[in-house]
Amino acid sequence: MKNPSLADYHEAMRQCVKCGACQAKCPTYRLTRREGAVARGKIALASALADGEIAMENALLRDLDFCLLCGGCATACPNAVPTPEIVAAVRREISAQRGFSPLTRGIARLTASPKLLKMAARMAAAGETLAPGIVAKRIPEESGLRLRLPKAMAGRLLPQIPRRNLFDRLPEKIAGQPGKPTIGFFAGCGLTYLFPHVGEMAVHLLNRLGYSVLFPKNQGCCGIPATSCGDGAAVERLAARNVNAFAGADIIVTACASCYSGIGAYRAMGAADFSGKTVEFCDFIVRERLQDILFAEKKDGADGNSPAPWRRVTWHDPCHLKRHGLTAAPRKILANLPGIDFIEMAGASLCCGLGGSFSLKHYDASKAIGAAKIPGLQASEAELVITSCPGCLVQLQDTISRAGLNIRVAHVVEVLADATAGKYSLKSGQV
Amino acid sequence: MTPKQLAQLQAIVGAENCLATEADRLIHAYDATQRRHPPDIVVYPNSTEEVSQVMRLAHTWRLPVTPRGAGSGFSGGALPVAGGVELVLTRMNRILEIDRENFIAVAEPGVVTADFQRAVESLGLFYPPDPASQEFCTLGGNIAENAGGPRCLKYGVTRDYVLGLTVVSAQGEIFHTGGRTLKNVAGYDLTHLIVGSEGTLGIVTAITLKLLPKPASKKTMLAQFSSINGAARAVTAIISGKIIPTTLEFMDAATISCIRERSPIPLPDKCQAALIIEVDGDPAQVETQMVAIATLIAPCDLLRGQIAANVQDTERIWQVRRAVSPSLKQLGPDKFNEDIVVPRAQLPQMIEALEEIAARLQVRIVNFGHAGDGNIHVNIMVDLRQERMEEKARQAVGEVFQAAVGLRGSISGEHGIGTVKAGYLGLEIDPVAMAMMRRVKAAFDPDNLLNPGKIFPPP
Repeated sequence: MKNPSLADYHEAMRQCVKCGACQAKCPTYRLTRREGAVARGKIALASALADGEIAMENALLRDLDFCLLCGGCATACPNAVPTPEIVAAVRREISAQRGFSPLTRGIARLTASPKLLKMAARMAAAGETLAPGIVAKRIPEESGLRLRLPKAMAGRLLPQIPRRNLFDRLPEKIAGQPGKPTIGFFAGCGLTYLFPHVGEMAVHLLNRLGYSVLFPKNQGCCGIPATSCGDGAAVERLAARNVNAFAGADIIVTACASCYSGIGAYRAMGAADFSGKTVEFCDFIVRERLQDILFAEKKDGADGNSPAPWRRVTWHDPCHLKRHGLTAAPRKILANLPGIDFIEMAGASLCCGLGGSFSLKHYDASKAIGAAKIPGLQASEAELVITSCPGCLVQLQDTISRAGLNIRVAHVVEVLADATAGKYSLKSGQV
Repeated sequence: MTPKQLAQLQAIVGAENCLATEADRLIHAYDATQRRHPPDIVVYPNSTEEVSQVMRLAHTWRLPVTPRGAGSGFSGGALPVAGGVELVLTRMNRILEIDRENFIAVAEPGVVTADFQRAVESLGLFYPPDPASQEFCTLGGNIAENAGGPRCLKYGVTRDYVLGLTVVSAQGEIFHTGGRTLKNVAGYDLTHLIVGSEGTLGIVTAITLKLLPKPASKKTMLAQFSSINGAARAVTAIISGKIIPTTLEFMDAATISCIRERSPIPLPDKCQAALIIEVDGDPAQVETQMVAIATLIAPCDLLRGQIAANVQDTERIWQVRRAVSPSLKQLGPDKFNEDIVVPRAQLPQMIEALEEIAARLQVRIVNFGHAGDGNIHVNIMVDLRQERMEEKARQAVGEVFQAAVGLRGSISGEHGIGTVKAGYLGLEIDPVAMAMMRRVKAAFDPDNLLNPGKIFPPP
């Protein structure tokens, strides 16, 4: 398992014809209107660096750091230049030559070690120190804000970290109907530690559909945070660990948009077989026509008789699904759910602004980018915004609370699970 | 640039808006022409007043200044070929006013064209100029190059919507041209002299634009023809039938073969040319016009005319057009993209001339564009790594320009002259007119500091 190097992107960088189309879809450019923020500028810097035309000077480091890796640029690019992958490759070069900042080192180390992550989550759930410089402190439950990270991001809202993570809640193997394939469930850090009830629901839904579910206890982080931090070695270790952990699965399903992108990147590292077996949860449900089965077995599902606490719902496209063209499946699921109205909001595909470590380093920019979602959300008059990325869930809740709006957020899995159970209760809507 | 000069500029716009490192200069050196000319310093002003102060200093120091919007131009207008100051106006992106009674709007130059269109359309108003880059190009850039677009057939180009400008002169003075009225004959029409002047006469810092009511509906047709001649006759037939569609986009056989694989609508081998025809207006009128068009083009080697029944159909038709640019690369990694224009009726002759040039010089030429107004995007696709290919491509470009001028057209319909076509301007502009233009330039900018190296042929 080996990461591609910057040199491997030589031809891809040549494909940038400097047309400027990336400006239309780049959240950091839309915010700052500066060439250094947009893909075209970053590609120019990356290729100059690769060609030895420029040194790793501060302005270059600043511009390559200021990127969400959302891939909006790549979807707008007439030549589909993979700027996020190129920026990640440059970050690996930078850290190889110049080392890490304390923050990036911390993030990379924490996510690269399942043991450390488990411990940190336990401590955070108990209200103790999460990591050096980041203190998770409890505040009164009735305030709606439960966790703060005062040093790095004053005022950032985080959901309370549950005491029992997904590993505590699920066995490693759940038998399904004989003859049905075994689905390996890739949970990812978000659904393991922040929203384990979502992971649980996803696994139970798949099992109810007859699949055997393999939930390897030795699976780790998908590697996206380490990628973002430029820690290539950590990504390679995680990739090897996960490929090994899922060797027994016929299909690998993930309900986390970011993980879908993260483990999809293993393909470029030489694990085509693993990536070829990977399917995103909504895509799997729609592709296998499972929604009909779910509702056929539960004819008296949630309908007009057991009204949802909200009627109008909308969808937020996680960048890590949009980038891979996965925009239709979740909409199809939502449009067919009983008892709710699915409304398309303006700006559904705008990035939420989190970008993982981006929001730790550039919280003000992250907030401003997130705020661009508000007009579309408000105009939709939705009472609930649904998505499929734990990062987006956290950021959307933060953005919505900051704007003083009374809109709840939820993962598509919980809405689907609630609908098939005939009762919308929504645990994470109370974040 | 001395440290003292840098400090003076920083004092005006703030240190974070004054960039001079190697990396900063590198990423402000290019535009969509892909040529590279690094500026000495990059300045991002935020107001007319800041632009004025920067220009005053630059004038005192005799430093060239090149204004820049999105840097998406195809003629090199934003390239700082003489170094100096790159004045990036993207932060000045406020829509200052939308006047619903007078149907006008005032905007800063950094407003993205499509953002402006969405803002006025949300109020039932309409700003027609629609360059292909509208999602990222800026109004300032559109003014500088007098941008066009598909809808210009019916609605006219950027110039036709500019009522007034706030401008900063080469010396740093602030002045105003035109006003807020459709009629205005007070003095020389400096507004329309500055529109299309490619940043060589002044820096535009506020723009007053005319708006229209938003058309109630539109109707779109994809018409496939078995011959290029048939498509050309269809264009003439529609216009001679006294119908001016909103757009009449054309694709030749080479273009169609490039997109055949990725087109959402099947384009059979027999299809040798296609038109995308759109009409807009009242629903009833739009229906009548489309029926009339279908009748008019039927005898023109028409293979199939598909009229969109809904928004999804319309979107699919435009996807055919949008598939063009990304698919051209298969013919050659390097593109010479020219935008000649000829009188509409001479379109068939121009196409013949292009085919002849391509065959004789053995280069691939792909043609598409705005057939209704005779504006053709001529794309010469080559691989510059091949020996003597650059020379051959340049010869083709020269001959294409000559053919366009020979048919009493122009070497540029909407991209501007910039640096890439400066050497060819003499083909079209007679010596007396050229001298007159130079005198105009000297009157505005006697020291030749504003965007030097553009428009005029190098000495």
